Amino acid sequence: MEFPSDLKYTEEHEWARREGEDFLIGITDYAQSELGDIVFVELPEPGTRVDRGAVFGTIEAVKTVSDLYAPLGGEILEVNTDLADQPEIVNASPYGDGWMIRIKPSDPAEVESLMDADAYRAQVGEDA
Amino acid sequence: MSSPYIPRGREEERRMLAAIGVDSFEDLLRAIPPSLRLPGLLELPGPRSEYEVARHLESLAAVDAGGPGERFFLGGGIYDHWVPAAIDHVASRSEYYTAYTPYQAEVGQATLTAIFEFQSMLAELTKMDLVNASMYDGASALAEAALMAYRVNGRKRILVAGPLHPNYLQVLRTYTRETGIELLVDPAPGGFTDREWVAARLDDSIAALVLQSPNFFGGVEDGEELFAAAGQVGALAIHVFQPHALALYRTPGEMGADIAVAEGQALGSPPSFGGPGLGIFAARRKYARRIPGRLIGETVDRDGKRCFVMTLRTREQDIRRAKATSNICTNQSLLALRATMYLALLGPEGLRETAELCLENAHYARDAVIALDGFSAVHDVPFFREFAVHCPRPAAEIVASARQRGVHPGVDLGRFDSAWNDRLLICCSEKHERRDLDELTAALRAAAEEVAHV
Repeated sequence: MEFPSDLKYTEEHEWARREGEDFLIGITDYAQSELGDIVFVELPEPGTRVDRGAVFGTIEAVKTVSDLYAPLGGEILEVNTDLADQPEIVNASPYGDGWMIRIKPSDPAEVESLMDADAYRAQVGEDA
Repeated sequence: MSSPYIPRGREEERRMLAAIGVDSFEDLLRAIPPSLRLPGLLELPGPRSEYEVARHLESLAAVDAGGPGERFFLGGGIYDHWVPAAIDHVASRSEYYTAYTPYQAEVGQATLTAIFEFQSMLAELTKMDLVNASMYDGASALAEAALMAYRVNGRKRILVAGPLHPNYLQVLRTYTRETGIELLVDPAPGGFTDREWVAARLDDSIAALVLQSPNFFGGVEDGEELFAAAGQVGALAIHVFQPHALALYRTPGEMGADIAVAEGQALGSPPSFGGPGLGIFAARRKYARRIPGRLIGETVDRDGKRCFVMTLRTREQDIRRAKATSNICTNQSLLALRATMYLALLGPEGLRETAELCLENAHYARDAVIALDGFSAVHDVPFFREFAVHCPRPAAEIVASARQRGVHPGVDLGRFDSAWNDRLLICCSEKHERRDLDELTAALRAAAEEVAHV
């Protein structure tokens, strides 16, 4: 199970990675593993604004559907359109090609309140 | 002493209550406000022997099926068509004879295959992209369609164009009452959509436009312009159709509907005193993830063989709770199976011939009925198999009198609205021969004269 140290994490199993002024958002390796085969990812239109902690989409696996929560508030600049036809990318590469949205945070300082890799690893009960 | 029919005696009840620390069964019900509880017991007849009950059920069944020589002209949402004998035979096979989809759905490949065929045939009939695995009945399918429109565009007003079945309207009100959704209902005085009334209200606050055609009074209206106008303002177009009518008239898909719903009982199931029904729900492909209920999909197993799986189950209420796409967590498999067999047995040609006979019989009957003294057409619009007439006396009296002659001449519309007390809704089907239609006319003439002389 991977917990990259350059990412910030939420209790709801999303991650955020800084890219210049923006952040990429996705779900963690642990989350994709718990969900199992992902069959559909529903994402918002670019230009949509979300509040921190608000639902920005849903992810559907064979046996369940989960909401996706925004780690940071702001404007959604871009969504990963590859996931529309190949949602299984999230299983194969949760921290890479399986990213979901690019967000421009309204308050970049919010990122400081997210968990670091060690804290998240402890939350999911994975021994270091 | 335990009984096979009585799950617990006083002693078992006492022990169960003691185990959970409650004095009496009444204590368990204390949380329910007294105003919501039934005072006293249900007014039921006393106990009867098995034989007596069997006799009673036989007498009820005889009324439903019609004694020898009885003639039925009842429609109004539930329709009496010939049910080929093969349907009862196949549907009662043990592989199929359960109202529910198995909990581990994929184990029951026969059931899933049948539902897949149901979806495919109805998609072909409606010319819609997809059809779900079925719903409880036509009215709840409409209510689900309205809620889906609200989920799609977030708007809170539903515009009903033309005469919608009053029971459907009632179910729509029940489903939407606690959601803040407002219903705007066309008074439709002419038996058709009042296009000016609708145009004045169709704006970007409308979630969906609903058109029933054939409508409650039997009138057939083309929906293309209305549906296009709805699309212009971002409202979804919902067509409430009748399956048999699609063999003769333009389909919801051809007219541009976003969602199409129907009561499917007429496809291979008897009227049965008005139920159970079969909800048909069809939608355009782009709404696949928004539809209520589940879909059966075709795929291949690990050996590459064709097989069927249940999809969208995950969006149902037992999993998604408050975020579910609807509160239905099942489908109406047995009636869907019967509908599938009905369509397979008749084929496109048979369905068309059936619909043509309904149309011809209804038009013959209407001409004959409105030629009688005191009877006249309520509306002057094109119709399929049903039409409403004004009677010279209250329709309830006409019905009671005609029934003495073994003719059930139609539905007394006063049951729905006291302003319609003199209206009779008459329905014809392929089961009627010319002499049956002449019996209808004779019974109505006699009923009018008899009542007039009282």
